[in-house]
Amino acid sequence: MNEFFSIVISKLNYWVYITLMMIGLYAMIAKNNLVKKIIGMNILQTAVILFFISIGAKRDATIPIITHGHAGEHHAVHAVDFINPLPHVLMLTAIVVAVATLGVALALVIKLYQKYQTLEEDEILEQIRVRDE
Amino acid sequence: MKIFKIVIVLLFGGVLIYCTLDFPSWGDPQAPASRHVSPRYIEKTIEETSVPNIVTAVLADYRGYDTMFETIVIFSAGIACIFLLRVSKRKKSGLQMYRHVPTGLTLRIEEGYGPPPDSRDFERIDLMWVPYDLIVKTGSRLIVPFSQLFALYVIAHGHHSPGGGFQGGVILGASIILFAISNNLRLSFTRISEKLAVLLCGLGVIIYAGTGILCTIFGSNYLDYGALSKILGVDVITARSHGILMVEIGVGICVMAVMVLLYYNLASAGRHDEGL
Repeated sequence: MNEFFSIVISKLNYWVYITLMMIGLYAMIAKNNLVKKIIGMNILQTAVILFFISIGAKRDATIPIITHGHAGEHHAVHAVDFINPLPHVLMLTAIVVAVATLGVALALVIKLYQKYQTLEEDEILEQIRVRDE
Repeated sequence: MKIFKIVIVLLFGGVLIYCTLDFPSWGDPQAPASRHVSPRYIEKTIEETSVPNIVTAVLADYRGYDTMFETIVIFSAGIACIFLLRVSKRKKSGLQMYRHVPTGLTLRIEEGYGPPPDSRDFERIDLMWVPYDLIVKTGSRLIVPFSQLFALYVIAHGHHSPGGGFQGGVILGASIILFAISNNLRLSFTRISEKLAVLLCGLGVIIYAGTGILCTIFGSNYLDYGALSKILGVDVITARSHGILMVEIGVGICVMAVMVLLYYNLASAGRHDEGL
């Protein structure tokens, strides 16, 4: 029983992100409204971002900013004392790209609405089918 | 059909949760992600670039190419939004609404009639939003300058504290979007026109790429800011720090302009007459 709890505590962060990811995926595949699908995509992106950030965490370490004196002298830097900066760098750019993709996706949705006067996927497909026949 | 989708999602989550049993546990210093290249970054950054914030140094110096093309991705998102939505043909909408400012009266001008005489007493208002919102306008007037100042601080102080071009650019863009929401879209065009936003968005990418080309001109690799020591008059290590600041400014300008462009086009569906 103790072993089980230690597994739960050490992996709980991943499970939270997987739950978020499942919510996002469900919204993407099951929802009918295109804006809801886009929101699902953003939830999934957030889950991935949180997952990467949590990989960078280290026990008893601080944020990756080195404190230093004004004269330029600084103590020897040990990698154990600072959390991993690499996931932070990757996700910093990923957040902004998520905003950019959101903008383009919303632009496409506005275009679709102007053409079909609806955002429900099945109604759009129905209109396309009627037009083809 | 719905149950089928739920089963797919649960299966996906189940497989992922099964996989996490092999993952390193939370906060493990010996995790694979923290062992290969990241100790090198942490221990050498201050010697090689004199930037205390390791994230900034890795972002703009060690992984400069990544960030440059990231900026280009954002630039192309802004341009793509214009290409998708912008309606160049200016269709005269018949109905127009004006407010007579001293009395607060709203004028409704039907199609075929000219605008009221050109004076400061009349201001054009959106069709969808008629009320005069004093609290929102005054509140945003208080917030906008301070958030812009904070954005400049975040960009300029990215070397020593959490921050940098992306974050500062987004705050700067948000302050302009707040101005556009609290007033109206036409007024914000007089502050930052569409043309200016597109120019700024290109300028940001040019500053970034130009810094890299400057490095090649002074006889070093592309984006190796050490070469800038010849024109900046500082040693090679400090020149790297200054080079990072230059590209961060470029990123900040580009991100700000793209946020504004996205808002302009999405809020008015590309017509640029009236927004939210």
